[in-house]
Amino acid sequence: MSRAVEELNRRMLRARDAIDRAYAQPLDIQALAEVAHVSEAHFIRTFRSTFGETPHRYMQRRRVERAMFMLRETDRSVTDICLEVGFTSLGTFSRTFREILGQTPTSYRQHADVGSAPTCFTMAWTRPSSFGEARPRNGR
Amino acid sequence: MLDSINISHIFVSDQDKALDFYVGKLGLEVTADMNFGPMRWLTVGVSGDPSRVILLEKPGPPAMDETTAANVRELVAKGASGFAVGFTTKDIHTTYETLKARGVEFNQEPTDRGYGTDIGVRDPFGNHIRIVQFAGGVNQAAPKTAAKA
Repeated sequence: MSRAVEELNRRMLRARDAIDRAYAQPLDIQALAEVAHVSEAHFIRTFRSTFGETPHRYMQRRRVERAMFMLRETDRSVTDICLEVGFTSLGTFSRTFREILGQTPTSYRQHADVGSAPTCFTMAWTRPSSFGEARPRNGR
Repeated sequence: MLDSINISHIFVSDQDKALDFYVGKLGLEVTADMNFGPMRWLTVGVSGDPSRVILLEKPGPPAMDETTAANVRELVAKGASGFAVGFTTKDIHTTYETLKARGVEFNQEPTDRGYGTDIGVRDPFGNHIRIVQFAGGVNQAAPKTAAKA
């Protein structure tokens, strides 16, 4: 039983890595299911049970993390960054960013400071969370 | 007080498969391979750098019970071991192409950073490995404002 779980986890991780590599492109559930060798119908549920969130949510957090990096480290416009990380609408980007982080992209840029750790580490540890630590919507 | 980092470890669920990857594909060399009965002491390192080795450790009895070992393997397989180890290279692009030709899995292709160019690799078990070519060949943290246009 454990070996089966281990192998399934490894295949799901392979699919998650594929999302990481192509975070700025539309989510292709069929392709990801093929990477993970599971049916398309089961992929989303299995991803969620493995990683605690849906593939779409993981991709959103990945995009917002990349946007946070560009807001901190470059002078590119918010619109430019929005499109670079894969959002197609500035309104959707700003709303998603604010929903996840609790502040606007501009406000984040003005106040961000994360030092000089290796980028992969900063990526993992500044990525906004889906696991309950963030302030809930509407303050509840 | 402390002179250097000597040994760190990576959990692997199969030490022979680990050798195929770390030695056969990444090009490390075996620095020790000793059978202690219930435990195989298997370490690898970079050729020419004997001061630092990596223990390829298989979770299991007697160090931990089988249920815990299974938990460890499952966690590693979903990428939960975090940043396992980082290597440097003088030529990241050639390294990338060589590893790609050997069938290594990447979670990140060569990407320019403020401190250099790096790639992300997965070992067969899910461990995350990074390889970096530092800008100017010097290992240093990049200034925060280095990437600003």
